[in-house]
Amino acid sequence: MTISIRSVEKKFGRYPALNSVNLEIADGELVALLGPSGSGKTTLLRTIAGLEFPDAGQVLFEGQDVTFASAAARRVGFVFQQYALFKHMTVARNIAFGLDVRKGKDKPPKAEIARRVDELLKLVELEGLGKRYPSQLSGGQRQRVALSRALAVQPSVLLLDEPFGALDATVRKSLRKELRRVHDATGVTTIFVTHDQEEALELADRVAILNAGRIEQIGTPHEVHDNPATPFVCGFVGEANRFEGTVSGGRFTSGPVILPAPDAAGGAALAFVRPHDLVLDAEGFAAKVERVVIQGPLANVDASLPDGRRIEICAARDEAAKFSSDIRLSARRAHVFAA
Amino acid sequence: MLDDDHPMTAETISAPPRAPRRPLFRRRSAIPGFGLTLGVTLTILSLIVLIPLSAVAIKAFSQSPAQFLAAAFSERAVAAYRLTFGAAFVAAVINGVFGVLTTWALVRYQFPGKAVVNALVDLPFALPTAVAGIALATLYAPNGWVGQYLTPLGIKAAYNPVGVTIALIFIGLPFVVRTLEPVMRDLSEDVEEAAASLGAGRFATIARIILPALGPAWLTGFALAFARGVGEYGSVIFIAGNMPYKSEIAPLLIIIQLEQFEYANAAGIALVMLGVSFLMLLVINAIQAWSRRFV
Repeated sequence: MTISIRSVEKKFGRYPALNSVNLEIADGELVALLGPSGSGKTTLLRTIAGLEFPDAGQVLFEGQDVTFASAAARRVGFVFQQYALFKHMTVARNIAFGLDVRKGKDKPPKAEIARRVDELLKLVELEGLGKRYPSQLSGGQRQRVALSRALAVQPSVLLLDEPFGALDATVRKSLRKELRRVHDATGVTTIFVTHDQEEALELADRVAILNAGRIEQIGTPHEVHDNPATPFVCGFVGEANRFEGTVSGGRFTSGPVILPAPDAAGGAALAFVRPHDLVLDAEGFAAKVERVVIQGPLANVDASLPDGRRIEICAARDEAAKFSSDIRLSARRAHVFAA
Repeated sequence: MLDDDHPMTAETISAPPRAPRRPLFRRRSAIPGFGLTLGVTLTILSLIVLIPLSAVAIKAFSQSPAQFLAAAFSERAVAAYRLTFGAAFVAAVINGVFGVLTTWALVRYQFPGKAVVNALVDLPFALPTAVAGIALATLYAPNGWVGQYLTPLGIKAAYNPVGVTIALIFIGLPFVVRTLEPVMRDLSEDVEEAAASLGAGRFATIARIILPALGPAWLTGFALAFARGVGEYGSVIFIAGNMPYKSEIAPLLIIIQLEQFEYANAAGIALVMLGVSFLMLLVINAIQAWSRRFV
């Protein structure tokens, strides 16, 4: 199922939640909508689902205009942040609900529904828990039930709103892999909302980064991390040291800090340097090391510039010893944007 | 792993000091005061509920079993029980239906005068029941404001069992509304959206998702309204007409027996009401426990 979002706008009162959003999603893709809270990512997801309707613009499924079609008519599977399970129903009946409410000849026979429920329980590794009630399950298990309930109706698109938001870190990680596995197994076009960049970068085929109701950049995780289109993306995706300064003659200068800026136009500019792009260099600018934290194979270094600004450096663990008190640094790469 | 530099004798491992087993009332707990609170509760419950009620039983059995049966199951008494429990049941069912609608309107919608409606729902709690009874009787009497329009339709709504039921509906409504309200407020919109996204129509969502979720609270409200209806006296006697065998409620019959100094008879009727009420509440509680299995 291909999905096209065309110039979609949505206001809540006077507050614009979506501001002329365009997005094309290919069949079978796994896309993340990433952004800070209030960026409009959930509104966009709900607009795709048919739980929210845009003030202007179009939503197309497979080229068909579904802008004002109901969620049921669009055949979307929606997984809610708080799971929204039916508490008075067993797990099996929760999963069967979408098939069970169908009428007449659309309703599959009982045995068929039971078979489908078993199949889904197996897919999300919850075999044997069909007779439990949601209150008897852990958070991660509830999430899996919500996922299989949404998949039961064989949706044309699967939409997940902050699917792992309410879970602890370990469960999050394993469910992330699980979602990827389920997506690959079913091939259903999937869109999920998250504010966790690590989650988006690890899981998605493509990431759409939203800020203040606009899409700032769409691309593969690799692209948005290495070639951020805007200062916002650069600051939001991955770690970055931020400098304000000026560009002239292919060099960015901010106080003592000098960074390479071969393609940037002259004038006031913003520069971002990833911590791992800062390297020790006897010719570079001076900094004072304040703290070195070893994290697995990496050494994370907190340092300060002579004027008091703080920077972060990330080096290989073997190099940790070289970060004694006074160091000199240069940047291998910098992202420079006209200010 | 223990190593030889840090020897640990067998005793220190195998014999941790064991807390002595204490009787139930003296077990240590993070929430202390079990003994005290249970003691106070039982004392008050005994003084206010248990002792007076057992006095009823003692009084009832102060006569011979034959006398007791004759008094408690006389034709007049049985007719009164039937009316009391029947009208209370019908009123509770009607309140069960309209209580859900009222609560729905109060919880789901904003409308002008909502605060007033909200307060009106509570009025039956506060109003002296006799006032309600007189007002209802005046309204529903054949020449009353409402009654005059019912009479041509062949409906008699006062001085008969219908009148009794009307009074009990008035008395019971707030019990259903106030029990349902917090539960309905807690129903999240997510759940309804989930049902809709799975293809459920509005009707299916209400029938399969919302009402079942309200079930346990609805039963509580129903039980409270029913129990209140069984015991109601003040408002009913003004609208009932109080015709023996026809529109005489059991609580009134008890008063009549008392006024005739037939204390044992009165206690016998009271005991039957007590027994039936207790049994019904027990059954309702059991259904409720079952319907809460998913909570």
